[in-house]
Amino acid sequence: MEGRRGIVDPSSVPTETIQLLKPDGTLVPDTGYEADLKKDDLLEIYRYMALARRADLEGTNLQRQGELGVYTPLIGQEAAQVGTGYALDEGDWIFPSYREMALAMMRKIDPVDILHLFRGTWHGGMWDPKEHRFAMYSVPIATQALHAAGFAIAAKLDGAKTVALGCFGDGATSEGDFHEAMNFAGVWQAPVVFLCQNNQYAISLPLSKQTAAPTIAVKAIGYGFPGVRVDGNDVLACYVVAQEAVRRAREGNGPTLIEAVTFRIGPHSTADDPTRYRTQDEMDHWGALDPISRFSKYLELEGIITDEFKQKVDDEAKELATHIRAEIVGAGPRPAHELFEFVYSEPSDILRREEWLLYEELAGRDEEGD
Amino acid sequence: MPQVTMAAALNEALRYSMRNDPHVIILGEDVGKLGGVFRITDKLQEEFGEERVLDTPLAESGIVGSAIGMAMYGLRPVCEMQFDGFTYPAFEQIVSHLAKYGFRSRGRMRLPIVVRIPYGGGIGAVEHHSESLEAYFTHTAGLKVVTPSTPSDAFSLLVRSIEDPDPVIFLEPKRRYWIREDVDLKPNGLPIGKAAIRNEGTDVTLITYGPSVRTCQEAVEEAAADGVSIELIDLRTLVPLDLDTIMASVRKTGRAVVVHEAQVTGGFGGEIAARIMEDDFLSLQAPVIRVGGFDIPYPPAKLEDVHLPDLDRVLDAVDKVLNY
Ligand SMILES: Cc1ncc(C[n+]2csc(CCOP(=O)(O)OP(=O)(O)O)c2C)c(N)n1
Repeated sequence: MEGRRGIVDPSSVPTETIQLLKPDGTLVPDTGYEADLKKDDLLEIYRYMALARRADLEGTNLQRQGELGVYTPLIGQEAAQVGTGYALDEGDWIFPSYREMALAMMRKIDPVDILHLFRGTWHGGMWDPKEHRFAMYSVPIATQALHAAGFAIAAKLDGAKTVALGCFGDGATSEGDFHEAMNFAGVWQAPVVFLCQNNQYAISLPLSKQTAAPTIAVKAIGYGFPGVRVDGNDVLACYVVAQEAVRRAREGNGPTLIEAVTFRIGPHSTADDPTRYRTQDEMDHWGALDPISRFSKYLELEGIITDEFKQKVDDEAKELATHIRAEIVGAGPRPAHELFEFVYSEPSDILRREEWLLYEELAGRDEEGD
Repeated sequence: MPQVTMAAALNEALRYSMRNDPHVIILGEDVGKLGGVFRITDKLQEEFGEERVLDTPLAESGIVGSAIGMAMYGLRPVCEMQFDGFTYPAFEQIVSHLAKYGFRSRGRMRLPIVVRIPYGGGIGAVEHHSESLEAYFTHTAGLKVVTPSTPSDAFSLLVRSIEDPDPVIFLEPKRRYWIREDVDLKPNGLPIGKAAIRNEGTDVTLITYGPSVRTCQEAVEEAAADGVSIELIDLRTLVPLDLDTIMASVRKTGRAVVVHEAQVTGGFGGEIAARIMEDDFLSLQAPVIRVGGFDIPYPPAKLEDVHLPDLDRVLDAVDKVLNY
């Protein structure tokens, strides 16, 4: 092939990931990146990761105890989410899929409001998207990437400095909506950051069966903006990479696709049986790369974290778990009339008739019941 | 006779069809190693290999669109949509191409494709996992729309759908996947387009399909205890519709109630009511009543029981046509 022009060869694409922290918690020398994080920031990042893990565990436990219909654990992906989230300004918007508990908590969303979705209390989530600048959870794959692109285009047209973060998984990169989102964002040079948490699987399908591309990051090139591949279990690397992407977006230099290479330690959802498609070796390999213990080792080596601080976070995590449990266990359904209240801004006559029918049905049930 | 679930019957129908015809292939998300999220394709990849049971990338338009190309080449693809709510990305391919290719090519290019969709509510799922989308397909000419309610029908109708030269949307009532029946799974010649009379009766005709058949069977028993004789029709196929069976029954009873889970506005129940009226208005002694879900997005799990037409809602409608 040497000497032939006009061929873009996938094997020429760099496939290494950006890493600042080695798995043993020591710094990688000469990365060219430096995180501008102060001691308080570092401790806050640790805190977010630990709290998200505890809330997530509570989600899984509650599902196992029959309090939730299903749950989609994020365990293993805390660094990708917290590192990226920490690079955003408060006014920036996040467009999540259904596994973004850590990012949601960074936006001051009570995990209870997420778990209600999995309990079947209300769809989408119970939070106010405008208040938290955090869109509703999105179950249909890749759809929210377009919402992020559109939001960013609108912000740009408005002359605002707001950045949108669109989150999705590796499987999502196969959907048409992913490609359309990337293309729109590229054409308008929209201030959007796409975060792909490449956790290696889309339910049972490994990445190798999802795409023949050497990396996910490389896909950005085809849409005319940079892609970057980062160690998704290294929270510092995730932070610096996101920070650069956010800055580029805010300064009017368009989108970035970040591929955070990580691993989904739990099942896809609590309804899934990963032993059908995953090996123990794989689990052991990734288990040793745990993002929280890596960061915690770093903080210890640097003398940044004290046992006292860890204890404090631990206590806070326990309190959080107690709070979640108290709010979720046994929580009843929403009042049935709400089903009609939110369909349109004003219910139609037919909806009012249906609401009346339900009212009569429920009254009948009560009579029969007791 | 062995007890089989509808899920096992569907699995067996796929196995039977693949053994019978080497052109039959399966494609979908997680259909291989995992055997599908409902295990309908369980162990098929083991038996037929990765070239006949294709784990596809996560792309529904890709699944149906590439199945169209495969069918043009000479295969008989059976596509699996993982859940009803994830069929929508494939809608363009289904409506614009799958449904119309035979017509557009003046009959020269038929597409023998089956799109299997687990549909409907009642399993306590999160959103986008409980959609009743049948009306979108019945409103799209060129598609056949099949929805079984028993294990043996599921087996026979899926085998027939795969053999069919036209595209078939095969709607599997997911909350009935685990109902059991004593049955030997053998093709029994049941054609697409033939309704079943599940119960003979004289006072009211109850017309339904898929997941609602069970509910209506309960209503039949309950009404019988009150001395009301209901004739219960399970449509099994929505397109083509077995109007003969419907009309013979309505002429006998003079009263009809149509039941489905989908929202009433624009639902298939309206189609049946209108057909009955057009065909023989004078045989009716009461207006046809539709019973369905409310005109709302499918509700969260904790409220689905107030939305889904239950025994009482069906019986109220029966009373209404009887006392008109
Ligand atoms: C359009 C659509 N098709 C199928 C599904 C069913 N489904 C839910 S999650 C999932 C896998 C998603 O994988 P990925 O995008 O890698 O995200 P991850 O779950 O790994 O975070 C599938 C197939 C869906 N939710 N939406």
